[in-house]
Amino acid sequence: MEKTPANIEIIEKYCKGCHICVEFCPTKVLEMKGFVASVKNLEACIKCMQCELRCPDFAIKVS
Amino acid sequence: MSFDYDKYIRPGKLPHIWCPGCGHGIVMKGLIRAIDTLGLQKNNTAIVSGIGCASRLPGYMDFCTLHTAHGRAAAFATGVKMAKPEMNVILVGGDGDGTAIGGNHFIHACRRNIDMTYIIMNNNIYGMTGGQFSPCTPTGAKASTTVYGNPDPAFDVAKLAIGAGATFVARGTAYHATQIDKLIAEAIQHKGFSVVEILDDCPTTYGRRNKFKSVIEMMNRLKDIAVPVKAAEKMTAEQLEGKILTGVLYKEERPNYTDEYAKVIERAKK
Repeated sequence: MEKTPANIEIIEKYCKGCHICVEFCPTKVLEMKGFVASVKNLEACIKCMQCELRCPDFAIKVS
Repeated sequence: MSFDYDKYIRPGKLPHIWCPGCGHGIVMKGLIRAIDTLGLQKNNTAIVSGIGCASRLPGYMDFCTLHTAHGRAAAFATGVKMAKPEMNVILVGGDGDGTAIGGNHFIHACRRNIDMTYIIMNNNIYGMTGGQFSPCTPTGAKASTTVYGNPDPAFDVAKLAIGAGATFVARGTAYHATQIDKLIAEAIQHKGFSVVEILDDCPTTYGRRNKFKSVIEMMNRLKDIAVPVKAAEKMTAEQLEGKILTGVLYKEERPNYTDEYAKVIERAKK
């Protein structure tokens, strides 16, 4: 079965740069780009939803 | 699959006012997921709060909401529940709002066992008013009003609620995000007064005064101190030193206030 690639949407105007998503991502998909989070390595995403679940600012959507 | 939080949030209200790394947003997400799981209707659910950072939560929620005086969430919510007993009433607030300024309302709502759910976000401090110590500030911790360390012992909110007569008491943390919605959903389903304490972090007014280097360090502290109730049964007293129990801590069935009051109304009609 072919793996469908993840799609991570970061709503930059909601992100406050708390680092929670970057730190708790088990496969280190995200990084901080200046003030806001951004996707560094999308291929590594296992869609565990930890970033979406923990983001206090409703700024990440994984699908 | 991404969870659609937007359908429960008032349009145009985000981004919220909470500071970077504040756990209140995580608790709000948990509440939304719990409401979604139970299928509560927007026009049949009231979310009531007092004053404080945590008490800003109802403003973002697209339900019947009430933002009241400091500490008086339980008093106003009792009014809502008595006027409309079929309504789901959820109270939200912080530790200062719930256990100090509204401490009296809190214990008597527990005693009466009114069918409501109180979510207390315990971040150990009064955040919004400038970092004053609250009854949940640990002994020795620094706050803007205890610059040489807090001499008072802290309240255990769960024990306080059990002692006052709440019939469902649970505790979670902002780190254990998946547990929050399960605890809240179980609390809402419980017939009687249910209290869910969520241990939270306040990086702005608590963390920076108490040598926490980052939000991550505060989150990892929550991870380290939390012990599930079942795991704690197999642990010794020394192992449990400094730990905090999480999960459903107490549950009992007892007549609730709205049902008992309906009987009073029936008796008065005769």
